[in-house]
Amino acid sequence: MITRILPQLWRQFCSRVVTNIFPAAHMPPSLTEALSDPSSPPNPPVPVGGRFRGRLHYDRSKCIGCRLCVKVCPANATDYQAAEKKIVIHNDRCCFCAQCTEICPVKCLTMSETYMISSYARKETIVTDSGPLSAEPKA
Amino acid sequence: MATTYTIPVGPVHVGLKEPVTAWLELDGERIVSARVRPGAIHRGIEFMARERNPIQVIYLSERICGICSFSHVLCFIRAIEDLASLSVPVRAQYIRTLVLELERIHSHLLWAGVACYTIGFDSAFHLGMQMRERVMDVLELLSGNRVNYGVATFGGVRWDVTPELAKAVRETIRYYRREFAPFREIVMEDPVAQARMRNVGVLTRDDAVRYSATGPTARASGLRVDIRQSSPYEAYADIPVEPIVPQDYFDTARGDVLDRFAVRVLEVYQALDIMEKVLDGLPEGPFLAEPNLNKVLASLKKAEGTGWGIIEAPRGDDTHIVRLKGGEDNVCWWKVRAPTYANAVSWPVMFQGNELADAPLIINSIDPCISCMERMMVTDGSNAGIVTKEDLLKRCRQKTFDLKAGKFPGGFNGFKGETKR
Repeated sequence: MITRILPQLWRQFCSRVVTNIFPAAHMPPSLTEALSDPSSPPNPPVPVGGRFRGRLHYDRSKCIGCRLCVKVCPANATDYQAAEKKIVIHNDRCCFCAQCTEICPVKCLTMSETYMISSYARKETIVTDSGPLSAEPKA
Repeated sequence: MATTYTIPVGPVHVGLKEPVTAWLELDGERIVSARVRPGAIHRGIEFMARERNPIQVIYLSERICGICSFSHVLCFIRAIEDLASLSVPVRAQYIRTLVLELERIHSHLLWAGVACYTIGFDSAFHLGMQMRERVMDVLELLSGNRVNYGVATFGGVRWDVTPELAKAVRETIRYYRREFAPFREIVMEDPVAQARMRNVGVLTRDDAVRYSATGPTARASGLRVDIRQSSPYEAYADIPVEPIVPQDYFDTARGDVLDRFAVRVLEVYQALDIMEKVLDGLPEGPFLAEPNLNKVLASLKKAEGTGWGIIEAPRGDDTHIVRLKGGEDNVCWWKVRAPTYANAVSWPVMFQGNELADAPLIINSIDPCISCMERMMVTDGSNAGIVTKEDLLKRCRQKTFDLKAGKFPGGFNGFKGETKR
């Protein structure tokens, strides 16, 4: 058995670190201080890509208020505002299924690649308008 | 005169991944009898489905289980497709099969790692977890998520298998063919691991039939049961699947934990073969029958009846039964029977005659998913009644006021019965 596991252990010892070291390569004495220090930017996270579904991007000007996204949202994250005939998105409830982006007739909802969306205040997670999409949306 | 004493394992225990209580009656270190008490993680998912339409319930069913999420989704979708007579393109059926097998590899590798961890073999646990990353990466490439893929929908799948993705899957198949053998040998040929798993938690063939075990638990006891063979669904009609039983590979089927380990390890190889056949035979054509979600919703609103979906999840047979009423948006009712529900019944039999130290290993050996299983709660009914959300909030505030005022009320109406067991 030891002959089987030794090559494995040796390989582990020599190969590079698999885990991404984010946000700091080595644990600083105080993580909050290190993160708020502008002179040392945090170690970058793994880039996302492909079919990754992140925080919802909502183009309020394009929205026609058809309420189809409210109908299919499994987590009730989209909230319809009858007065303005627009929606607001509660990102803390969103389950990132991208069903609303599929059903939207004017494609005003798209999934962005932002994933660092945690916040101390619930109101910061609400998306009311992210403006028009600058780049072409993902297929 | 021998005296026995009773101790609980769980609901919170270092060896358990999910809360379940096993009351073990011990004579010294030996387990005489056992009583399993679930009921700590009931979430009421079936009730939540009643205020959602079928498209929303897809993502709700995904959250029944984090490991076999696609199995539950597919099972629910097959039940709806059975009910509404929706057709699925052949390409979509092949893609679904591919994701099912990827998920099987991911589930079995996770279980194999956790089983090693339960017996204290941490090097093998890390090795298993490291290998599992590869299949997670492929699933992320396919769906954008590591768990809760959101791949399937009514009448097909949402994302196609592109040539690059097919290449990545083929590379993964080669990786596992190369890298999985050392892991298997490290664990299965290790004398200590053998001593911990051989003849522990034995479920005989007769007991497996009597207590209707399913999936790898039944197959490890020597039963040739596999829904992929007996009632093929999706692409399994084109790809023959033989149930993996230990007597075909070793001398006999003992039905112990090592046999369960072996069955799952061999099923990983089987899944690799199936994935290769799926990629070879992937037909051209559309991958979604009806891309317009509005039309799908409208046709489901008109549909009426009861639909069934039964598939072979990584842990055993998964069954979903759905009822829709014509003219109603929402699901009328939905019943989920997760594989652990069938397998958990045989726990007391497995416990008998084993040592207390093996109890967590025996509980983990059927790959339990307690939150999948707990669909219903039975109380003693002494304080029957419905508590509304507002009522609950009022009681919660009242309790806070009482605590602040310094008096401890000692219990509230409706919750007294819960504390006594």
